[in-house]
Parts: sequence; structure tokens; C-alpha cells
Amino acid sequence: MKTKSADAAIADTRRLFPKPQNLSDAYGPPSNFLEIDVGNPETVGVGRSRFTTYEIRLKTNLPIFKLKESCVRRRYSDFEWLRSELERESKVVVPPLPGKALIRQLPFRGDDGIFDDSFIEERRQGLELFLNKVAGHPLAQNERCLHMFLQEEAVDKNYTPSKIRQA
Amino acid sequence: MLSSLLHLHVGAVMSFFSFGQSAEIDIVLNDAETKKKVEHKTEDGKKDKYFLFYDGETVSGKVNVTLKNPGKRLEHQGIKIEFIGQIELYYDRGNHHEFVSLVKDLARPGELTQSQTFDFEFTHVEKPYESYTGQNVKLRYFLRATISRRLNDISKEMDIVVHTLSTYPELNSSIKMEVGIEDCLHIEFEYNKSKYHLKDVIVGKIYFLLVRIKIKHMEIDIIKRETTGTGPNVYHENDTIAKYEIMDGAPVRGESIPIRLFLAGYEMTPTMRDINKKFSVRYYLNLVLIDEEERRYFKQQEITLWRKGDIVRKSMSHQAAIASQRFEGSSNNEKAVAQNKEDSN
Repeated sequence: MKTKSADAAIADTRRLFPKPQNLSDAYGPPSNFLEIDVGNPETVGVGRSRFTTYEIRLKTNLPIFKLKESCVRRRYSDFEWLRSELERESKVVVPPLPGKALIRQLPFRGDDGIFDDSFIEERRQGLELFLNKVAGHPLAQNERCLHMFLQEEAVDKNYTPSKIRQA
Repeated sequence: MLSSLLHLHVGAVMSFFSFGQSAEIDIVLNDAETKKKVEHKTEDGKKDKYFLFYDGETVSGKVNVTLKNPGKRLEHQGIKIEFIGQIELYYDRGNHHEFVSLVKDLARPGELTQSQTFDFEFTHVEKPYESYTGQNVKLRYFLRATISRRLNDISKEMDIVVHTLSTYPELNSSIKMEVGIEDCLHIEFEYNKSKYHLKDVIVGKIYFLLVRIKIKHMEIDIIKRETTGTGPNVYHENDTIAKYEIMDGAPVRGESIPIRLFLAGYEMTPTMRDINKKFSVRYYLNLVLIDEEERRYFKQQEITLWRKGDIVRKSMSHQAAIASQRFEGSSNNEKAVAQNKEDSN
């Protein structure tokens, strides 16, 4: 950089010289691709042992995720488990889940309670919001529980909490 | 009963009943017509204009004492004028820390039979620090003329404002650093200087080495930190003076974002370090990146601000011209120099 004379009346505001950018970096896919969709709700079981599962589809190019594409099914209590694990294990301020809707579980309702279509849709949206917030958090991405929740067939609640380290 | 009233409310009662004589004091500077005035914030946030002085300038003028009751005499224990530079911590109002205290006697104890004017001159007064009115501390310079009396003094204060000037620092290296979160975000930021004058421009750039988070936008904030107290009682008051967005949207690897931030638009003071061991005022550039989920990633870096002298104009008094050439040495040592990776050559 040129040195400026000590008494310059007008400051030098020319841009600093930028490093040239690699064209494949400029036009290639971004390194921050992460998409999570929560959809396809399905109510399984009969009578009082019914529950709803949601499909979680993940697509990413982040190296921290073992699978670049994954699809698993989870129920609301699995989300609650994930949230409490993250709160305990990490320093992340974990966003809230959509409501537990205990009132909807009481008998003698006019509608379908927690199996009501509009309620399921509302809950689905809240769960999608929650997962996107959490999965994109650099600190949450280090937690074993998050990866197990998102990409493994089943959630093993007896797992040993640990941090993921990149190779 | 009247005597006990007098004892409790001496000043008010005396002037109400016109007991004895009272007087008004007026301080007038010699070059009041030509001297420059500057705006300075008062403690309650208002702005007022005060005469501007520099280190080494002489402070001279006249003290006009006007008797309220022209017929009566004014008995007094002496008339004096003081030039005071003091630091006042708001949480400790009782204790004023005077770092400059000069006094000139104008009249020995006696009596005034008529209104009178006294000349005074404080020659080449040292004014080592800049006037400062902050959130928790105030540094001010003022003249105070006092007529001492047995029961109550009559006094008048006149505040002045002092600016400290510096020259272009000899060493002013750029600030260049690589920071980030492992495997998530790596950036290299660069600011062209570490010391900026108050009307300077911050020219810099942010270079993205790795972007694995979804950035929504990036801004630069200027933070002023006023530190008062010592030891375990240190208190920092942070104030964000400016927020300036430098990027909107998501960058990718290899991208460079330019920075050009004009400082003249913001109300700032020069950096004040450990003034009389009582307080500091420091400035920081805070680079903030915000992602799609409103998470904030930031890196703070201190910069040194200094005040450049104006071009000497003909209307400036000769003394002020000399004083403005007695520059304070530019700041030495700081951390910013140690953090540099690059010469500015």
C-alpha cells in the first residue's frame, strides 16, 4: 500500500485490493446447503395408544452430517427428548417447541383433539421451524443427539451423550 | 427566632431582606469577540456553546463585580479567580478530582464602595486532557471568581472547553486478522489503519474463506466504551454509536466485501486512556454477521481515535496557533500495533 503524505487534505478512500475469487467458488453450489422438511404426518395405532409421526427429510452438503440425504420418522416426544438433551449437553439457547396441547388430550371434545388435521398441521409447522433453527446452529451440530435424531433409524434414549469431531 | 432563621437560611434570607450588600459577578474573556466557540454536550444531554482552548494557551480576561445596591459598601474577605480542571465521577459527586488548580488573588480583604473590574491572566495554562461529558464521568475546565465573605461567598463559574490535538501518527499499521468458528465460518478482515482521526474514513475489506452457515447480512458497529472506577469497582458503559450495514445477502467462499465508513458523521471523542487514573473512553469496531436464524457472530477490535488540528485560519488568535502546534505525541504502545500482521508499506 502506498503511504500517504502526512498533510493530505482528502482521505484516500480507494478500496483495498481484493484477492481474486476462484470461478468455481463464485458460481458453484454454496457450502452452506442445509434443508430440513418436516412433513407427511401419519397417525399410527388404535384407540388410546394412537400417536402421530412426522417424516423428517434432510438434504445437505455440510461435511459434519454423515449422510448428505436422510429420511426418518419421529414423534413429538422424540422432539422433546432432543430439546432436553441439547439444553443439558450444549451451551445453545434452544428454541421452544410448539405446544404440548394437554387440553386437546382431554376427553369429551367436539373435535379430534390431537389428531385434528388443523392441529397436526400447526404442530408440523412449529416442528419444522424448530428443527431448522437447531440444525443450523454451529454448536448444536457438534452434539451426538442431534445427528442421531436427524439421521439414524431410531432414537436410542440410552445413548451416551458426546460431541462429534470432524476428522 | 429571627436569629435562628438567619442561621439556617443565611443566603436566601439575607438577599430577600436585602441585609447588607450583595453583588453580581461577570467573567469576560479578553478575546471573547474573536475566540472560537464549540458545541459541547451538557450532563442532561443538551448542547451548549463554549469558548475553545488548547493546551498551553493563556486564559485572560476581566472579572466585573457589580454591586446590587449602589449606595452600600460590600465587605469581603478577599476576591480571587481560579482556573480549575477537574474530573467528577457521577457516583461519587462529593469528590472532585482537581488535576489543574490555579488561583489569582484579585483583591485583598477589604470593602468595595462601587462596582469594579479586575483583570486576570493565567499564562500558558497546561490543559492536559480533553473536556469530556459522559455517562458516568465528566471532565471539565472552568474559571471561578469568588468574593469571600464571612457568612456566604458569592461566586460565578464559567465553563470552557478544551480539545487535545494530535498529529498524524508515525506508525499507523493496518489491522488484519483471520477469525472464525472451526469448520463453520472463516473470515479475514482488514482495516486500513489502527489510528483514525475524527474526520477520517475507515477503509477495509472482509474476505470469506469458509462459509458453512447461512448469512443474512453483515454490519459494522462503532462501540464507545466508557470505563470508570478501579480495581474491583471497574464499570464499563458501552454505547453503540453507529451501525452500518456493509453486506446484504449470503456470501460464498472467495468473496471480498469492501468497507468504507466515514467517521465525520458520528459524534465521537478522541480515545482517552486512563485519564488521571480515573476513567477511559475507548472505541471499538464490531464486525457482526447475522445468519438466517438471527444468530450473531461478531469480532471486536479496538481502534484509536485522535483529533486533528484544523488548518490555521487568520481569525485564530496567535496564541491558539502556537498552542495548536504543540502537539501531543501520537499514541505509542497499543495492542492494535501488536496485532498487526502486515506492514502498511
